[in-house]
Amino acid sequence: MLRLKNINTYYGQVHALRNVSLHLAKGEIVTLIGANGAGKTSLLNTLSAITPARSGEIHFQGEGIGTLPPDRIVELGISHVPEGRQVFKPLSVEDNLELGAYLRYRKKEKIAIRQDLEMIYELFPRLRERRKQMAGTLSGGEQQMLAIGRALMARPKLLLLDEPSMGLAPLVVQEIFRVIENLRREKGTTVLLVEQNAKAALALADRGYVLETGKMILEGVASELLENREVQRAYLGKEKKEIWER
Amino acid sequence: MSRIWDVEHECMPREELEQLQLERLQATLNRAYKNVTCYRNKFKELGILPEDIHSLAELTKLPFTTKDDLRLNYPYGMFAVPLREVVRIHASSGTTGKATVVGYTKNDIKTWSNLVARFMTAAGVTHDDVVQITFGYGLFTGAFGLHYGAETIGASVIPTSSGNTDKQIAIMQDYRSTVLVGTPSYALTIADRMEQVGIDPKTLALRVGLFGGEPWSEAMRREIESRLFISATDNYGLSEIIGPGVAGDCSYKDGMHLAEDTFLAEIIDPESCRVLPPGSVGELVLTTLTKEALPLIRYRTRDITSLDYSPCPCGRTTVRMKKTMGRSDDMLIIKGVNVFPSQIEEVLFAIEGCRPHYQIVVDKKGAMDLLEVDIEVTENIFFDEMKRQRRFLEMVEKKLTSTLGVGATVRLVEPGRIPRHEGKAVRVVDKRQKG
Repeated sequence: MLRLKNINTYYGQVHALRNVSLHLAKGEIVTLIGANGAGKTSLLNTLSAITPARSGEIHFQGEGIGTLPPDRIVELGISHVPEGRQVFKPLSVEDNLELGAYLRYRKKEKIAIRQDLEMIYELFPRLRERRKQMAGTLSGGEQQMLAIGRALMARPKLLLLDEPSMGLAPLVVQEIFRVIENLRREKGTTVLLVEQNAKAALALADRGYVLETGKMILEGVASELLENREVQRAYLGKEKKEIWER
Repeated sequence: MSRIWDVEHECMPREELEQLQLERLQATLNRAYKNVTCYRNKFKELGILPEDIHSLAELTKLPFTTKDDLRLNYPYGMFAVPLREVVRIHASSGTTGKATVVGYTKNDIKTWSNLVARFMTAAGVTHDDVVQITFGYGLFTGAFGLHYGAETIGASVIPTSSGNTDKQIAIMQDYRSTVLVGTPSYALTIADRMEQVGIDPKTLALRVGLFGGEPWSEAMRREIESRLFISATDNYGLSEIIGPGVAGDCSYKDGMHLAEDTFLAEIIDPESCRVLPPGSVGELVLTTLTKEALPLIRYRTRDITSLDYSPCPCGRTTVRMKKTMGRSDDMLIIKGVNVFPSQIEEVLFAIEGCRPHYQIVVDKKGAMDLLEVDIEVTENIFFDEMKRQRRFLEMVEKKLTSTLGVGATVRLVEPGRIPRHEGKAVRVVDKRQKG
C-alpha cells in the first residue's frame, strides 16, 4: 500500500532522514521505534508533506505522492495524528471533529459526515458526552481520542499516529491501543505507529522498524524485534544489569 | 504437491520482494558499518558509506567478504553484537584451512529454524514424519540446522548423529524412520551396507532423503532414489551464511529455491569478480539480509552454480539455484582447460556399476599436467580377466576425455583407500602447487 525508497529529509542543514526505505501492506500495523531525535516524527512529517523529502520516492497505492501538497495527501487517504495531539483548543469537540472532514464538505458528503461523526462517538463515548465542551478543557487522554477521531473523519486508508501514548496514564494508553486494534479489525485501516513506548507498540504491531540517528537499522516481525537485545537495551529501557542477569 | 511453509515470503511478488530486500539490505549495511570494524575499514577504503546504496543494483559498489576476512578476525572479530547476545557458536569444518567461527543470536536461531522448515516442507516433510539425522552433532552446522527445522515443523527427530552404519540401519528399521538426513555419499554407504547384509530397502518406511553438505550430481540422485526407493532432495547452505537453509529443492527438483527475503544472491566470474548476467555459471555471492550476530556483505561462497529466475510450477517466486558444480577453488585448470570435479563425477555415475567413491589426482610431469582418476573397486567392476579389466578402464578413459576435453588416466584402487574427512570424501588432490 505504501512504499518509501531512499528518503532523505533535511531541517535546514540537519540531515534528519538518511536514505530511509520502508513499506506497509494493506491492513498492517507497523511501528517505528527509536530514541529521541532518531527521525521518527520527521518520517511522518515527510509522509504527510509537512516537511517534504529532498530526495527519494514515496508511493501510495501505486501512485507517486512525494511532490503532492498536504491537502492532496489527506484526500488520497493518509491522515496524520500529530505528536502532542494539536487539537483546536478554543473550539468545541464536535467542531474539531467536523474540521477533520473539512475536505469532504466540498464534495457534498454531509450525510456521510454525520454518520461518521456517530461512528466516532460510538468509538469514543467520552467524546459524545463532551461534544459541546471546548477541546482545551479535555484531559490528555480525551484530547488524544479527539485527535484520532478528527483524523478518522477524513476516512483514511492509512493512519499515521505520532506518540499517541505520550504523557498518558497506562490505563488510558491501553484504551487507545485497543481502539487502534479495533480500527484495523473492523475497517481494515492500515496504521503506521510511532512510539516511545516500544514494548506496548511492538505488542500491538505486526512488524516494526528501528530508526537510529536518521538511519534504519532493523526491520522485522514485531515479536522478533522484542527479542532483539539491542532494541531491549536502547528502547525498552532495560538496564544493562538486568540483561546480564537474565 | 507439498505445502509451502512461509507463503508470504516464498511466494512474494517480485516487486514486493525487491522492496523488502532493499530495506533489509540498507538496515544490514547500517548495522555492519556501525558495529563491525572490518566493514567500517572496507567501506572507508572504497570511500563509500552505507547510505550510498539506493538500489539493489548498487550492490556492486560494495566490497566482497571472503573466508580470509573471517580468518583474519578469528574468532569473534566480525560479530556485530556483543558476545553476551550470542546464544550459539559454530565453526566451519575447516576442510580448506583454518576453521572460521560463526555466531547466532536468539533471533538468528529462529530465522534458521524457519529457513530449514521451508526446504523440508518443500521436500515433502510434514509433522507426521520421523526424521533420522545422520550428520555429526558438533561444530558443524548441518545436524543442528536440520534438527531445528524438523522440530519447527513438528516432525519427530532421531538425532543418531554420524557413524556406525549398522546401528543407523537398525534404528531406521525399528523406529520406522521416514526421512533420512545426511550427506548423499552417506546415503550410498547405507545402501551398500544394506545390500551387503541382505536388507531389502523396500521393507523400510523411508520415503524422503534430505541431502547436503557436499556437491552431488543428478546421476547420484538417480542412484540414491533407485537403490533406497526414496525421493532424494538437495539442499544448500554454508555455516558462514547461516548453515543449511539457504536453498532447497521443491517437489520439481529443478533447481533449489533460494530464500531471497533473507539472502541476496549474485553470480560473479571468480577470476575477474565481475557480476554475470542471470543464468550464467559462476561463483555464488551472498549477502545476509536479516542476520544479527554475523551479517556478511557479498560473501564469496566459492561455490559454482547458476541462478534461474524463470517461474517454477510449484508456485514459489524465489530464484532457483542449480546444483553446485563444485568450488571455485576446486576448479582445475588442466592443460588450459577448466575442469570441475563434478563433471568427472557425472561421467563416472553414468557408467553402470561405478560407485561414488573416487578421487581426482592432478600432477605435473615436466611441463605437462596429468589428470588421474582413482576409483574404488567394487564387485561390479572387478574382473578376473585382465583383458576385460583393461577394456573397462579404456572405456572410462575415453568417456572422460570426450566430456572434459583433456585426457585422463583411470586407476582402480581397493575399497576404503580414498580418505574421508568428517564424512566428506576428499575428492581432489592437486600435487602441482606443492614443491
